[in-house]
Amino acid sequence: MTTQAVRLFRKMNGLFAVYKPQGVHWKHVRDSTESNLLKALNSCPPPAPQLALQFQLLSGGENCSSKDVVLSPSMVPTLADHPLVTGPQFHKVHVGVGHRLDAFSSGVLVLGVGKGNGVLEHLCKSHVTRDYTLEGEFGKATDNFTHTGRVIEKTTYDHVTLDKLERVLAMIQGANQKALITYSQVDLHTQEAYELAVRGLLYPHGKSPPILTGLRCIHFNPPNFTLEVQCVNETQKYLRKLIHEVGLELRTSAVCSGVRRTRDGPFKVENALTRQHWTADSIMQAIAHFSKTTRKIRKSGMYRQTAGPLNSSTQVQEQTRSQTEQINLEHVELSSSTSDTVVDRETPVTLSEGRTKQ
Amino acid sequence: MHVCQPCVSLLLSRPLSAALQQSTRALHQRAHLTLLQHTLIELSCSSYVLSSVDLDAAVHPSPLQEISEEEAVQIHVPSALPPESSTLRPYVDESETLSKLVQLGVNLWKLEQRPNVGSMLVRLDFDADVAPKLLLLKDLGVEETKLGQLVSYLKSKKFSKQSVAAMVSKAPYLLNFSVERLDNRLGFFQKQLGLSAEKTRDVVTRLPKLLCGSLEPIKENLKVCELEFGFRGNEIQHIVTTVPKVLIANKRKLTQIFDFVHNTMDVPHSLIAKFPQVLNAKFLRIRERHLFLEYLGRAQYQPSQPNYISLDRLVFLPDEVFCSEVALATLEDFERFQKTL
Repeated sequence: MTTQAVRLFRKMNGLFAVYKPQGVHWKHVRDSTESNLLKALNSCPPPAPQLALQFQLLSGGENCSSKDVVLSPSMVPTLADHPLVTGPQFHKVHVGVGHRLDAFSSGVLVLGVGKGNGVLEHLCKSHVTRDYTLEGEFGKATDNFTHTGRVIEKTTYDHVTLDKLERVLAMIQGANQKALITYSQVDLHTQEAYELAVRGLLYPHGKSPPILTGLRCIHFNPPNFTLEVQCVNETQKYLRKLIHEVGLELRTSAVCSGVRRTRDGPFKVENALTRQHWTADSIMQAIAHFSKTTRKIRKSGMYRQTAGPLNSSTQVQEQTRSQTEQINLEHVELSSSTSDTVVDRETPVTLSEGRTKQ
Repeated sequence: MHVCQPCVSLLLSRPLSAALQQSTRALHQRAHLTLLQHTLIELSCSSYVLSSVDLDAAVHPSPLQEISEEEAVQIHVPSALPPESSTLRPYVDESETLSKLVQLGVNLWKLEQRPNVGSMLVRLDFDADVAPKLLLLKDLGVEETKLGQLVSYLKSKKFSKQSVAAMVSKAPYLLNFSVERLDNRLGFFQKQLGLSAEKTRDVVTRLPKLLCGSLEPIKENLKVCELEFGFRGNEIQHIVTTVPKVLIANKRKLTQIFDFVHNTMDVPHSLIAKFPQVLNAKFLRIRERHLFLEYLGRAQYQPSQPNYISLDRLVFLPDEVFCSEVALATLEDFERFQKTL
């Protein structure tokens, strides 16, 4: 006999995205969501207490002519099932965190509940790209590359113009493209490599340093400027250092005043939950919304695992690459059109995979 | 057909280990005995079905044998209480103390998390230990015991009966203190804050935790208010009487909120002292709402200017009311703005 709380708990499986505010540690976010889910679970009515047989001395009813006391049985609820004795029905809900965001940054943070935690691992290993918006400020350099750190030097920035900035960004992008080709383990002199590069399907395999697949300036108002970045394998500190390096290349200095993640793989900022919505019903709605994406990630992860021991065959390697690349196809685009056509793109590939495998 | 035939055949065909070889013959003999009993009962037309063969059937009566009512009442079933358990659940139904505590509303689950409390509760006798203390707490007026001295001391300082009851229910560890300690604390608050006796009483009644904890963090907080924030004496008094929680708040969080409100929002000291609830609110809430108002161009906190927004309205209104009345925007706009921060 399942109670309402148990039925609700069984539904809590999947991935969802949360918008982490700036200045908050990611652990705090995870703990708040877990406590809100537990609150909802424990507010469900507890199961009915078990009844135990008790013999009670009651005076004889009207049927009895004598005035003797009579032992009569009755079913009485046991105190052992009282909520003050058993405590809350649920003590813990497994909530896991995807790619972490440090306290200075804000943005999309992927959380997994219950069975979704296994899928989180697949997501991390699948080399998905992430979208960031970096706010920079010319004129000073600090010790931790942020505008709140200890100022080390101050410089002038009047000579900086938009085309100089674009030239520097293009140079950085070129260096990153070279690194991308190197780490994608593709022989440059083949036709297949050319086709992949033309379609923008190159991405790094295995371990690699942070690589920017896309970089452009979306706002320039000296001393402030804003960059949009798509990257793989990054940390937020690396991105702040990038701003510092951009400043150095322009013969001035720059600090980062904000790092904001707008997309983590298939999880975009429009569907991320803000702080008011970190409650159980909004989370369940978000899980339902992302259930298709979760299934796709799980399938691709399982495919990668089964293809693992057969790595020696190049054919299987190409198949895994194209499979995971199809998932990332939407996200390698620089113009970042937000459409949910990942579904359509993937199904023809899986069909072709099945055919070529067999 | 009588069902016991397969039972008996099962018994005789049961594999016996080598160790039991000697008793096999005895087993067989007993089996014969029970077989006889079976046939006797069968002949006496009883309708019971024997599900198990009792090897000691000759000594004890069969459990399905009918007995009179008086004998039934006299049967005593020993309770199968486990000798040790990690929770109080198996003992609650048996122990009078525990069941009465549960009926009074004591949260046994929370208490048994503390070390050794569970064993102590199981050993307590309700009438001897628990009942007198409960009666005392109910009356709060028994003079003979030590707890009574505390209560009479508080009454001598002109705390009303309801305020004493409220203080004790909010901070029960108050009853553990000696009279001198309470005296020192009350004197400290009166001197440091420079408040009248009436106001001190009010502050202490609202936040009895002030009397329980150590005085060092409170002194530090007061120093921070005076030196770092730059509040004057009478402003600090007003803040403490309105929001006593400032005294035990986290120093770092308090500084963060004050820094944002004074430097970023440009709110002068006098206004903050007028609305000290701002210092008690969550920093993220203040920050998001202020930035939203600034984005909309409605961040006006001077009472003399038009479109003035008071600090307590900024902080205390729920989100829908804030968006519709103060910011004059929709909730979706506020959420979209939050995602750009």
